[in-house]
Formats: sequence, structure tokens, C-alpha cells
Amino acid sequence: MHKMGFFDSLKAGLQRSREAINEIFYMGGEVDEDFWEDLEDTLVMGDMGAEVAMRVTDDLREQAARENLTRADQLRDALARRLAQEFPAAGRDPFADLPSCVLFVGINGAGKTTTVGKLAGRARDAGARCLIGGADTFRAAAIEQLEVWGQRAGVDVITRERGADPASVCYDVVEEAERRGAELVLIDTAGRLHTSADLMRELAKVVNVTRKRCQSMPVSVVLVIDATTGQNGLNQAKEFNDALELDGLIVTKLDGTAKGGIALAISSQLGLPIYRIGVGESLDDLQTFDALDFTRALVGEGM
Amino acid sequence: MFNSLSDRLQDTFEKLRGKGRLTEDDINVAMREIRMALLEADVNYRVVKSFVGRCKEKCLTAEVMESLTPAQNVVRIVLDELTVLLGSTDSKLTLAQNRTPNVIMLVGLQGSGKTTAAAKLAYLLKSQGHSPLLAACDTHRPAAADQLATLGGEIGVSVFRGDGKDAVAVASGAIQEAVDHLNDIVIVDTAGRLQIDEEMMEEAVAIKRAVRPDQILMVVDAMTGQDIVNVVTEFANRVDFDGVIMSKLDGDARGGGALSVREVTGKPIKFVSMGEKPDSLEVFHPDRMAKRILGMGDVVGIIEQAQKVADEQQVEDAERMLREGFTMDDLLKQMQQIRKMGGLQKILGMIPGMERAMAQMPQAADDSQMTRIEAIIHSMTREERLRPKIINGQRRKRIAAGSGRTVQEVNQLIKQWDEMNKMMGKMKGLMQQGGGKKGRRAMQQMMREMGGMGGPGGRMPF
Repeated sequence: MHKMGFFDSLKAGLQRSREAINEIFYMGGEVDEDFWEDLEDTLVMGDMGAEVAMRVTDDLREQAARENLTRADQLRDALARRLAQEFPAAGRDPFADLPSCVLFVGINGAGKTTTVGKLAGRARDAGARCLIGGADTFRAAAIEQLEVWGQRAGVDVITRERGADPASVCYDVVEEAERRGAELVLIDTAGRLHTSADLMRELAKVVNVTRKRCQSMPVSVVLVIDATTGQNGLNQAKEFNDALELDGLIVTKLDGTAKGGIALAISSQLGLPIYRIGVGESLDDLQTFDALDFTRALVGEGM
Repeated sequence: MFNSLSDRLQDTFEKLRGKGRLTEDDINVAMREIRMALLEADVNYRVVKSFVGRCKEKCLTAEVMESLTPAQNVVRIVLDELTVLLGSTDSKLTLAQNRTPNVIMLVGLQGSGKTTAAAKLAYLLKSQGHSPLLAACDTHRPAAADQLATLGGEIGVSVFRGDGKDAVAVASGAIQEAVDHLNDIVIVDTAGRLQIDEEMMEEAVAIKRAVRPDQILMVVDAMTGQDIVNVVTEFANRVDFDGVIMSKLDGDARGGGALSVREVTGKPIKFVSMGEKPDSLEVFHPDRMAKRILGMGDVVGIIEQAQKVADEQQVEDAERMLREGFTMDDLLKQMQQIRKMGGLQKILGMIPGMERAMAQMPQAADDSQMTRIEAIIHSMTREERLRPKIINGQRRKRIAAGSGRTVQEVNQLIKQWDEMNKMMGKMKGLMQQGGGKKGRRAMQQMMREMGGMGGPGGRMPF
């Protein structure tokens, strides 16, 4: 398979959204009232949410007046920079600063198991001692799926039979990790809707047990979110954050035509850094996140 | 974030409600709010534009502008328009009469819930007297076939896995298997794919060609954002499909994507999928969906939810309550009912306008109040629960100490129980008067509602 650089693959992934924004920038070129309205609409169309879209447009409008930017193409770079500001600065990277223990949470079908598999493969290639924990004891064949990923990555999977208590699985995983001196522990949890109070409580217990048991390394809780998610993504992230105190996000499936604007909305509203983004099928397509690269790819960097 | 929008819509309508006559500007303001509501519900931007345009036109007719209640008319027009757009209740699977087995194929993006939906569909068909066979044609995701096999085992439907490598061969093999084992329907679960993934789309087309499905259903995640239009358009162009299953509607996503799908492809939404359990595949109701998209509450949903919880036992309980009076145990049970239905907050949230009322007084619908009352009742003896009349001052003190509440709170609870009991007495009288068949049936209906809904409205002790 042809291997693309990070920027290229991100750009390819975000092509549709860039095209949509290009549409505006090429239209007439003169900045008028229609331009601002179209800009706002396009941002909304990228799943950024009406609130962020309006705030960004208003700010840009001010900037345009202040710096006397009258042509649409002049505003492109300003827009990328303005959007990039919405992302909080990333602190520690739990996948690079080892040792580290990471719990993956999210709704059903967000791509948690696949992400764990890919990250384990990457860590293994980089020579880190990695261990996978399978705390999704609910979904049929989730453990089997994880074990296949473990085999592919050459990383051991610690888990128990279906129906076992996920918190006690985590306890075992941490114990085993400490015994072996593992540097990176990746724990997959069962997908759940943020609206199901019982399952959220169960997850809070899983997280608490892991945080308490795991004294030898920092524990991070990462929300995995599907890039095609619409405005409900904000609700999801908010509920998960309230229940678990998230540390950051991973955005998956940016390789479709989805614009991933919800990532910006969540990151900006909840102040959560984005650790990785998935821009393709292969192992290498799980990339570290750079705000300006992301927004530049989104609005197109050609001046 | 989410609620504030339905609040805003209601605010606008309240403002309009105060007006006798609407100007075009008023309509414009309302339309802008509706536009925002739809966008926040993930209805595609282009769909929103044309939809709002149509609504506005209708609202500007003299009939609406000059009516006595223009605001209600605007709401009605929007809701009607939305319901019409969402299509009719058409959850019938059109199956060919002269072909055995019939083939249903499921397609969709990764993680949209195809495998779960396949099992649910099999369960539904099985309960309708069919003998379905599940074909595990997702040969890409690790352990997808295992998942289907486990789900199939749980609902007692056999699963054909074939060699687990070539999806087309598995699909064809499944048909042969169905012929051999007298299964009349084959449900083909395929791998999730991105609409831009050429190879995978080819595979879907190849499976389609090989098994010539009678129905192709596309599974769409209710949480999908603006991109849904690109996804369904591409799927419609490449593999084509006959209908849609909306999944994950048990969350709080508004599911505006349903509207986009209808508008862009014209395909009906056949089922909605509401959870993990195999029996949670439900018929699609456009009117309810319309209300959900606009954030107008789902009253019918509450009643259905209550009915689900209420069973024969509760009807008996209600009858006993009327005969022998209302005990503390009954009160406890009713509170547990409310819990089962997802807590007070959730139920109240489904009632139109209640979201707003609750936001104004967050303490009013506090579930912890229920916990406190439960604690008090748990501190009563068996005797006291059955005959609360015997609870004297000494006992009250003991109950208060046992539950960690104050004597006043215990008093309050007993007083409320007393009131409810008196009401029971009144109803009893009512029933004895109207002894006719009609009267009895009306009473039974009332009791059923009581059993499920947790007591006569407005009289619960919180």
C-alpha cells in the first residue's frame, strides 16, 4: 500500500470538507454579508456545531475589520489559525511518556477495540513492553476480537471470560502489568451509551478501581469518538467527562468524508486534548494530532 | 447545549404566543430558531435549507397569519411538514412469495450496529414464525463471526460461517445451507465499510450479485452528523437499498439524520433499534421522530415505557390496593417502578415543556428524594408497612433514627400516605357505584396506568 505522509493522509481524509470551504473562498472572492453567512453554514456543515461556528465567524469578522482583510482568500489562513486556537494545548502524551496505563471508553461502535489493537502494534514496533487488558466482557466476541489484534501486534492480552466483572479484570491486568514490568498498558472497555446510568456507574467503578490499584504509573482515561458523529457527540463527551474525568480524546474514522468538526467542538468546549486521530485503515494511520495541521488541512493551505 | 436549543425554540414560540397577529419578521425569527434546532439535531444543512423554505411559505399564507392562534399554527405546520417528510409507518419487509429462501442483506458503515441489528431482525422474524438463518459475511473485522455466532446462539437462530474468508462464498454457501435446512429467510450480515473504500464497496456489490437479496437494509447510526448525506448517497448509488434501520436511538441523539436520509434518497425508515437486547427492534413512527428531532418530548414513549414495565402482577396489586388499602410496600414498589423506567428525570424529560420547568427548579425532580423516602420505608417493620396507622410517636422516632432522617420527614411521609389512601377509598367508592361492565373496564385501565406510572398524578410525595 502506498504510504503517505501524515499531512497528506490527513488532507486526503478531510478532502470533502476542504472542498466545501473552497467553494466559499472561490466564490467571488469579495468578503460581503453572504460570505459570512456561507462561512457560518459551512462550519455548521462540518459538524462543528452552531455555537462554535458563530463564535468563530464573529471573531474572524472582527479580525477582518481590524486588519482590513477584504478578500476571501486572505481570510483562509486567519480562519485556520482561529480554528486551531479552539483546541487546548496538549500536555503529557500518555502513549509516548511511559510508563503509562490507558483506559479506552466510548459508545458502541466508536472503534475502541481497533484503536487499542493499532496502538499496541505501534508500541510493540517502537520496542515498548506493552500489555492489553480486555475489560469488555459484555459484547459478544469482543474478547476474541481483541485477542486477534493482540496476536497481530505480538502483545499479550489479559482478560477473563464473557460476563466477568470488568473492574476485577482491570485489577488483574494492572497486577500482571506490574509483575512483568510492562511500560504501556492499554485497557479496552465495553461500549455503552452515555444515557444508560447503570452502565456509566459500572464504568466509573472500573476507572476508580484502576486508578486506585495502579500506583506505579499514571492512569489516563481516553474517550474514543467516531468522526462521523454529529452534535450528539458533545452530549456523549460531556456525560463521559462528568462521570469519569476524562484526560483526552482519540478521534477515529476521519478517513471517510466526515469532517470531524465534532472533534473541535468537544475539544474546545470541554478543554480536552486530542491525543491521536485515525485517518486510515493501516496501523500507521493512527497519527498524533497537530491543531494547526488539522485546521489547515480542513480549510486548505493554498493561498 | 442540547436542551438549551429546545428551550430557545419554546421561548420563541412563547413570544409568538403572546402576539395576536404575526408579521413576516416574526415568522423569520421563528424559522431561524427552527433552522438551528434542526442543525443541532444533525439534519443535513442543505435539507434544512429547503425544509425551512417550504415551512416559511406555508406559514406566510393568510390563513396562518390572520388566525387567532398563529403560534400554534406555526408549530403545527412545522411538525406536520416534518412528519410528512419522514414518511409513513412502513415497517413491512417486502418478501418474495415464490422464492425460498428469501434473502435480506444488511449494509452500513463500521460500528453502525449491523451485527446487532442482524440478530435483532432474526429474532423478530423468528417470533413471526419464520425460520431465519444468519450468514456471517463480515470476514474483515476480527471475531465478527464469533459475535454473530454468540448472538445467534442466544436467540436460538443458526449462524452460517462458511470458511470465514471469502464473503461472497459465505453468502452463497448460506443460501445452500438454508435450502438444505429448510430455513425460509437468510439474513446476510456484511462487513462495515466506508463509502469511499472502493474495494469494500465492490465486495458489497459482489455479494449482492451473488445472492440477489429481496431486501437490502442500510443500518444508520442515529448519532451520525452532517456526513450522513454523503454516506447514504454513495451507498444508494453503489449497492442501492430498500430501507433503513436507525440504530442507537436509545441514546439521546435527536436522530435528525433520519430526515436527511428520507429527503436525499427517498428510502423509507423501516425500523428503529433501541438497545442491546434482541427484542429492541421497533417499528418506526414518523410522528414521534418528528417530535424528537424538534425536541418536543415523547409522550407516547412514556406511556409505552410504562406499559412495558407494568405487567399482570401490577394490575393485581392495584386491585388489591383498592380492596385492602394502600400500604407502604405499595409506595415503595411504585418508586422502584419509576427507577426501572429510568428515573424521574428521564420521565419528566419526555414530557413536553417539562425540560424547561425542571431547569428552573432543579431540586423539584430530585431522585435522591426518592432514595430518602425509600430509606424511611425500609426502616419500618413489616407490620408498620402493612398498617401505617399503627405508627405512633415512639415508632416514628425509631424510624427516623433508623433511616437517618428527621421525625418531621417521617411525619410528612405518613401524612402523604394518608392522603393517597383516602384517595384510594374514593376510587373504591366510585367503582362500587359504577358496577357496570363499562365502568369496570374504565377502572381497570386506570389501575393499569397507576400500577405503571407510579401513583395518581401529582400525589406522589415529592
